[in-house]
Amino acid sequence: MAPKKNARESTPSAASTTNASTTTTTSGSAPAASVKAATTWDDILHNFCQHYLKQTPQRIKLIDAFLLFLAVVGALQFIYCVVAGNYPFNAFLAGFCATVGQFVLTVSLRIQTTASNKSDFPAVSPERAFADFVVCSLILQFFCVNFIN
Amino acid sequence: MTATDKLRSTGASSESTRTMLRVVILCLIAAAAVSSRLFSVIRFESIIHEFDPWFNFRATKYLVANGFYKFWDWFDDRTWHPLGRVTGGTLYPGLMVTSGVIYHALRAMTIPVDIRNVCVLLAPAFSGLTAFSAYLLTNEMTTSPSAGLLAAAFMGIAPGYISRSVAGSYDNEAIAIFLLVFTFYLWIKAVKLGSMLWGALCALFYGYMVASWGGYAFITCLLPLHTFVLICMGRYSTRLYVSYCTWYALGTLASMQIPFVGFLPVKTSEHMPALGIFGFIQLVAFIQYVRSVISGRQLQTLLAAIVIATFGIGLVGLVGLTSLGYIAPWNGRFYSLWDTGYAKIHIPIIASVSEHQPTAWPAFFFDLNMLIWLFPAGIYLCFQDLRDEHVFVIVYGLFGSYFAGVMVRLMLTLTPIVCVTGGMAVSYVLDIYLRTKSPVPEEVEAASSAPPSKKAAKSHGLRGSEKPSVGIFASTAKTSVVSSLIIYLLMFVSHCTWVTSNAYSSPSVVLASRLPDGSQHIIDDYREAYQWLRQNTKEDAKILSWWDYGYQIGGMADRPTLVDNNTWNNTHIATVGKVMASREEVSYPIMRQHEVDYVLVVFGALLGYNGDDINKFLWMIRIAEGIWPDEVKERDFFTRRGEYRVDQDATDTMKNSLMYKMSYYNYHTMFPPGKAVDRVRNSRLPEEGPVLNTLEEAFTSENWIIRIYKVKDLDNVGRDLFSAAAFDRGQRKKKLNKKRGPRVLRVD
Repeated sequence: MAPKKNARESTPSAASTTNASTTTTTSGSAPAASVKAATTWDDILHNFCQHYLKQTPQRIKLIDAFLLFLAVVGALQFIYCVVAGNYPFNAFLAGFCATVGQFVLTVSLRIQTTASNKSDFPAVSPERAFADFVVCSLILQFFCVNFIN
Repeated sequence: MTATDKLRSTGASSESTRTMLRVVILCLIAAAAVSSRLFSVIRFESIIHEFDPWFNFRATKYLVANGFYKFWDWFDDRTWHPLGRVTGGTLYPGLMVTSGVIYHALRAMTIPVDIRNVCVLLAPAFSGLTAFSAYLLTNEMTTSPSAGLLAAAFMGIAPGYISRSVAGSYDNEAIAIFLLVFTFYLWIKAVKLGSMLWGALCALFYGYMVASWGGYAFITCLLPLHTFVLICMGRYSTRLYVSYCTWYALGTLASMQIPFVGFLPVKTSEHMPALGIFGFIQLVAFIQYVRSVISGRQLQTLLAAIVIATFGIGLVGLVGLTSLGYIAPWNGRFYSLWDTGYAKIHIPIIASVSEHQPTAWPAFFFDLNMLIWLFPAGIYLCFQDLRDEHVFVIVYGLFGSYFAGVMVRLMLTLTPIVCVTGGMAVSYVLDIYLRTKSPVPEEVEAASSAPPSKKAAKSHGLRGSEKPSVGIFASTAKTSVVSSLIIYLLMFVSHCTWVTSNAYSSPSVVLASRLPDGSQHIIDDYREAYQWLRQNTKEDAKILSWWDYGYQIGGMADRPTLVDNNTWNNTHIATVGKVMASREEVSYPIMRQHEVDYVLVVFGALLGYNGDDINKFLWMIRIAEGIWPDEVKERDFFTRRGEYRVDQDATDTMKNSLMYKMSYYNYHTMFPPGKAVDRVRNSRLPEEGPVLNTLEEAFTSENWIIRIYKVKDLDNVGRDLFSAAAFDRGQRKKKLNKKRGPRVLRVD
């Protein structure tokens, strides 16, 4: 009960911060565009990192950390498959598909809960998105466990 | 106060009336869909038709009798005799499991229904659900409330769908079309809402579809294509990302759970579009995210270049992997849809099926009647307000009509979209012309001239320069259009009923004919012969026949067969073809090697039954020639002038082939001497019938349609069967040959 309430309270605040952030980015990036001839790749990357660190809400960062973890796990599995061969191919597929599927589902959750995307999803509230995410993940894990034998 | 109350109550009542009407109409549509499929059950009896359904029926019986786990790893040793068939891993189990579940559910409700009746009536029951899902799908496309109902009505009775779903046609398509339409509905819903849950539901029904029908590849290619077209149109949205990725991630895993599909989704070319678009949409989503953060024109073009370059690299990589053999190329059945001449040259077994021929124009009108010309109109309406789901309809319509044009059988996948667009077109016309209240001219004028206010001020000048009031006011125009449309709809109903009743409701197991007085005469030779086999042969007597009858023999006669309709081993089928097409000297050892006890041929010459084995003989020869080009030659079966004849002028190869001998054995004794006539080929047969040395006639059905021969055992004394038979016939040379023949050294 309590976390739900928290989530509900934090949603508008997150929305407000992101709204503010979008305005700041547009104003901030306009001069960057005007001096684009001088900008180097380092600058762009730096800007991007700065923007990400400053303007992304905490929960989204948490999701991103999970995404990073999933990507690393998937990459490790793939490398191991390349190095050691794919003999129980269903096991490899199950593990790899689990990471890929979970990654994609988490990205979907991230998209749906990002406040700036609110207009795209009039029918999906953040709570609904989370419930969908849970259901889809359960289905995914069931299939993977079934497939890994 | 009272006025508003009254208004509210009337509004509420009209709303509830609408809902009730909708429910009633849908129920009536479902009833019509079910009852129009029952012609064959009422006229004949409640049996399984055709060839393929007999295997499905047999598998369902096995499932019901032995439980799910035994069914899942069922090794069937009564088909493909020396080889057997791993049935659990080589079928789509959705159909059998569905009817098994229904069977057990009915039993649990204390309605014990025979499994045969469940199987016979499964297709009509699911056609009602198909009509309902067509209703749902159409409602997603348009705001008009009548379009969905019209589409459901069309879907319920369109002969293109009825042809594969009459009662007794217990085939995969029976439930597959429902799943197809419902999966598309869920997909449209997912794309519209951008919801993970709808995407997951879509994936689950896609998994069910994969479990049911091999045509699931159509969905696997159509959804990515829709997504790709949307991206190319610049309509990428986060909703699209969410729905597509959820569908692909869950749907691919779901499809891999089916043993018959297994690793195909990552290893074959049919599934590569889905995988490619999955990768592509990730890239697009990432670029979109970066673009929202960083602006700058140079960067934007660079990003676009990255997208295009990655797409190109992916395509090249796909081609490379395919040519290196990591990804299997398209299989023959799928490839022959693109290269329409391919099957005829390289895989005669695919080309030999009559359903795999191109479709002629009349077939479209026959199967879809007025819908076929409403279909382009519906597509045009979709172009008019082009939302995401309309793009889907257009893509589906395009591909569905191409495939339906290439192959008769794929008319089935075209029918749903034709019904949907037909419903949209008809409801569009009706919505305009069916308003009983004509629009008030002043209102229309006000509405039309309100936006350009300058014109409204000007229009007080000349009368001729006034804007004409737009709208249909004349009641004659309305009534004439509406009544003509209603006449068309009624004609559609009568056409559908007529087609269903006359063309698609005839079981192939019993042949019906009419006597001169109009009464029905049923020719039941198939079941007579199969019943004979069932009762008068050993439990494990192997039957050799052409593959068309494999499933029926397995289902009705319950005897092991060498080949059947699941044509997975072409060489084995070619062996049977070789047996049929060779001389007895050649075929007898082959039959001995395969432990054949009985040979069954279908022979329609007495009755004029076209689909007999002599007419299929050329395909047997072609398939056998593909494997043994030196021993079986198609040219040898034609006369010098290139004719395929069975009479006096037939070639020696033809006359000595086992098929010819078995078909015409003793046939001339039915007629006065020299008057034997083949009613199918319309030719007079030679006076003397063929002589069989290695086979003996075991059974011939009443109308000579099915002839069964027993393979003779080896001779007791060790002679070959030809000299033994000649001795039995008393063919001895009168003059004893004193001369010694050339002897060879006896080797011990």
